[in-house]
Amino acid sequence: MSALRQGTVVLTGFLLGCVIYGCSPVKAVKAASLKPNGERHAAPDFALKDADGKTVRLSDYKGKVVLLDFWATYCGPCKIEIPWFMDFERKHKDQGFSVLGVDMDDEGWDAVKPFVNDVGINYRIVVGNDSTADMFGGIEALPTTFLIDRAGKIAAVHVGLTSKSEFENAIEQLLQTPAHGGGIIEGRARPAGGSGRVSLPAELVGAR
Amino acid sequence: MWAQGNQYLTAEASQKLVAKRGASAEAKIAVSIQPGFHVNSNTPNDAYLIPLKLTWTSGGALEAGTVIFPKPQMEKYEFSDKPLSVFTGDLDLIAKFKVPAGASQGPGIMLGKLRYQACNSNSCFPPKTVEVRLSYQVQ
Repeated sequence: MSALRQGTVVLTGFLLGCVIYGCSPVKAVKAASLKPNGERHAAPDFALKDADGKTVRLSDYKGKVVLLDFWATYCGPCKIEIPWFMDFERKHKDQGFSVLGVDMDDEGWDAVKPFVNDVGINYRIVVGNDSTADMFGGIEALPTTFLIDRAGKIAAVHVGLTSKSEFENAIEQLLQTPAHGGGIIEGRARPAGGSGRVSLPAELVGAR
Repeated sequence: MWAQGNQYLTAEASQKLVAKRGASAEAKIAVSIQPGFHVNSNTPNDAYLIPLKLTWTSGGALEAGTVIFPKPQMEKYEFSDKPLSVFTGDLDLIAKFKVPAGASQGPGIMLGKLRYQACNSNSCFPPKTVEVRLSYQVQ
């Protein structure tokens, strides 16, 4: 085989590979659960208190990839995922990633603080309420986890126990994507998966 | 905190309770849990789990006593490294009462609340309460 013919075969193989697998120098990551950009809606903003009484707004995280986890101390499946989220926080926090846990226990901090101390949760926890749940489409099942892209848009929603690898792949893919347009809705909220707009509850508007 | 929304179990008194003044009485409360769901037993084996609990809120003429729960099932779920003390399917609770000697004769209704917290194999749901109505007749 001539050098020219050999080169043609190699080039053809490379191009075929590009068509099938993509030519990006970045390792391809499969994250089937991520919505295409055009289908993502802005995450509703909220203002909730953390364990120190400090107000935490989702909009504080603009520009970061956020894993927003609605959970409760009585929720067994949530307790499976929490150590994974602690791993993600450790592994990706310097890449513009944060986990934010929204606890939905009726007893609030009385239930949450002992649990957080027992487990040694290394990411921020806030205590949510009905309004927060409604803003995100009326959360019923726990865990419900939202992955929010750097533009503040909901890129994925997982209801119930999900695999660690699915989260990991999605986070890695989101971290590779630069921020662009859109963002967290401040003052107005659109429920995940819904088309209508919902007014931000008065107490949150007042807290802003 | 949460809106009650969907219920994952039903609870009702099996029949009208007929009791004599000055005597003890018991009523069977039939509980039916939706297929695919479980609720924590009255004695969950984890401090963070919320137990099944029946409380009588409106006493009527009867004095509420203890509630007898069936033996819980120990079930292993994917999300737990140890078997959990739960109830599934249909079960009966036995609610005990005492009828005061001076109780008025005639009919009445006891109102109770059954608080539970349900999960399925990969999700849990906020604690909920169902009302239990027990009709009785004091003789």
